[in-house]
Amino acid sequence: MIQTTYSKGKIAAKTGNEVMAEAMRQIAPDVVAAYPITPATEIVQIFSQFVADGIVPTEYVAVESEHSAMSACIGACAAGARTMTGTSSQGFALMWEMLYIAAGLRLPIVMAVVNRALSAPINIHGDQSDTMGARDAGWIQIYSENSQEAYDNMIQAIRIAEKMKLPTLVTTDGFIISHAMEVVEIIPDEDVKKFVGEFKPERYLLDIKKPYTLGAIDLQDYYFEHRYQLADAMNKAAPVILDVAKDFAATFGRKYDLYEKYKMDDAEVAIVVIGSAAGTAKVVVDELRAKGVKAGLIKIRVFRPFPHKELAADLAKLKAVAILDRADSCAGAPAPLYTDVTSALYTHLGGNGPRAINYVYGLGGRDINLDHFRDVFAKLEKIKAGEKIEKPVEYINVRIG
Amino acid sequence: MANIKELSKKEELFTGGHRLCSGCGAGTIARQALLAADKPVVVVSATGCLEVSSTIFPYSAWNVPFFHSAFENSAANCSGVETAYRSLKKQGKLSDDIRFIAFGGDGGTYDIGLQSLSGAMERRHRMLYICYNNEAYMNTGIQRSGATPKGAHTTTAPAGKVKQGKEQLRKDLTAIMVAHDLPFVAQSAVGYWNDFTTKVQKALETDGPTFINILQPCRLGWGYKPEDTMMLGRLAVETCFWPVYEVVNGEYKLNIKPKEKKPVAEFFKLQTRFKHLMKPENKVLLDEIQAEIDKRWEKLLKLCGQTA
Amino acid sequence: MKKDEKQKKLTAKELPIGDILEAGTAKSFKTGDWRTERPIWNSQKCIHCMVCWISCPDSAIEVKDGKVTGINLDHCKGCGICAKECPAKVQAITMEKEKK
Repeated sequence: MIQTTYSKGKIAAKTGNEVMAEAMRQIAPDVVAAYPITPATEIVQIFSQFVADGIVPTEYVAVESEHSAMSACIGACAAGARTMTGTSSQGFALMWEMLYIAAGLRLPIVMAVVNRALSAPINIHGDQSDTMGARDAGWIQIYSENSQEAYDNMIQAIRIAEKMKLPTLVTTDGFIISHAMEVVEIIPDEDVKKFVGEFKPERYLLDIKKPYTLGAIDLQDYYFEHRYQLADAMNKAAPVILDVAKDFAATFGRKYDLYEKYKMDDAEVAIVVIGSAAGTAKVVVDELRAKGVKAGLIKIRVFRPFPHKELAADLAKLKAVAILDRADSCAGAPAPLYTDVTSALYTHLGGNGPRAINYVYGLGGRDINLDHFRDVFAKLEKIKAGEKIEKPVEYINVRIG
Repeated sequence: MANIKELSKKEELFTGGHRLCSGCGAGTIARQALLAADKPVVVVSATGCLEVSSTIFPYSAWNVPFFHSAFENSAANCSGVETAYRSLKKQGKLSDDIRFIAFGGDGGTYDIGLQSLSGAMERRHRMLYICYNNEAYMNTGIQRSGATPKGAHTTTAPAGKVKQGKEQLRKDLTAIMVAHDLPFVAQSAVGYWNDFTTKVQKALETDGPTFINILQPCRLGWGYKPEDTMMLGRLAVETCFWPVYEVVNGEYKLNIKPKEKKPVAEFFKLQTRFKHLMKPENKVLLDEIQAEIDKRWEKLLKLCGQTA
Repeated sequence: MKKDEKQKKLTAKELPIGDILEAGTAKSFKTGDWRTERPIWNSQKCIHCMVCWISCPDSAIEVKDGKVTGINLDHCKGCGICAKECPAKVQAITMEKEKK
């Protein structure tokens, strides 16, 4: 008998896409403007059926491209409508300029991004290069390990986005989570509705009694101040994210944080990872702990704003840390997550932090399994014992030749 | 039919103090469009002369809700705003009657904005798209667009020793819009306030997607004295260079038929962008252009059930 | 006619959130100093046909109750459209060089 966390929760079998569509159904946004792309398509397809069946009051705009999807979302949200959408990879990349605009205009759009590799070559499978590519856009980025998290994150994202006036995206790993069936607990409709509340923007375009101009051109004398506002908002977002998580936990029982600490209390070696791979890694952590190895894991949930201060504090006592990236920067330097984590370590600990190594894995849906994690931890043991780090960036499970 | 005295009693919704060029036709277009609206409007605009000059932070010339985000997507933005309106009204969260106007220059409409315009029109959003067409990317310095007429000098298709301005004919965007089966499509020109305001009124009353392509002389890009803006708009019509007509549910109607069809050289010779065409060595090219204008005029007359 | 240059610039804290500004604020921005010529309106000759008013790109022709009342020199850029559009038989507006 599967126990529910929430007394009124119902157990269901849902894929990541189905559960995100379910969350959208319960949130019942005023407008959804979306364009299909594998592997996110199902979310908006399932949602379209809800619209066709009159289950949601949402007006659905089947736009002609992802750039127009985000443009229409921006228009709708600015007009005063609670607005959502979903995409992946190339679609996400196509709306790149509009992502920055949504953030600059401080519009609380919530978007599901099913992480998929970026072309070229074209690949429809899961890696995180798409959302990593927009890490400077000013969007709050919340990554999900599994379907339950995806569902819970979508619901919390609405409150977070609207409180902070920052667009927010919630991810799942493409195909791995989006298309895999899992057991999830679904909250009743009226409880989700109560949790997200009503969208009440102070200013909105359809408020004809208080007309205003949105999206003016700034010359050299104002752009910087407006952008500072955005950076400042991102700096102040973490407490709001935690508040919403606290309320979620109090109401529905499941706890969320900026990142999950798994057996970190007395850990000497650890992995930092984002997304579904964390699930696999935890099995190896348990294995090692059973053998007496002080292994731990940190799974980043909130990547933007990046929890650099907290993370530095939690990593400080480690001897060695492996930071796993499911995206590559092609920077001639380490990959995104490693760069952010080590920057946090340096900023807050000076030279006094753990030794760190970067692993790039899983690009284009390449599998990562228990053995790979066992290898990573074995390497960490060697580093802990004093081995020199010859290559700061290693690649897992790729035929280099 | 619009009554100018009645219009003059309405509130000015596009104020002075904007930074469009002296004599800019776009300012007149914006004013007239807003004066013509009987219901409250929300305006969306693409990046371009109109938007940039009228909303330099912290000054906005718009006395209505105004929104701009990027260059190629005013139609997509507007479809979002219009959808929000329908959704909120349907759910009882909004009770006002509001109309929607999307502005785009020929730059943001003919070329980079064509996709989002086509999509929005195909989806039948109730919005009026007004293309203020000055026949080049004026805001960025007079570069050629799909609306630039053949032979016109622009900075990216200049008249020089070997080439004589744009080599291709301009796109017929109005025909493309007619092909979208819109309930109301029209061409108008600056200099005909009655024609334009009447069309805006008609479009806003139409329950569906509507499109007006209005020719807007640009004193800097076309090269003439600012006081001639209205006059040149009318001359473009009198030479059949820019016919003024409407298409209502697929039925063509010619609104202005020049009493005496003037040769296009009369229009060209007053603008520096065409002055190279006045040279004797370019007579062949000028004749070609005249022939093309005649051909299109004949075709239009036929569609309108008229004879020359 | 000096531009409103002395207006204090807002700080990030003072600015409203998200690139918004109130409607119609351009009215306080003076563009009259762009002129090299100014329109002179002859109220005696004027027949109040309103064509100058509806043609002006800068909303600089002042009207009230269906009659022209004057010209807003704070915004008039001196383009001359009003003078040109005034019916030939009326010529109630003429352009004169701005005196420095």
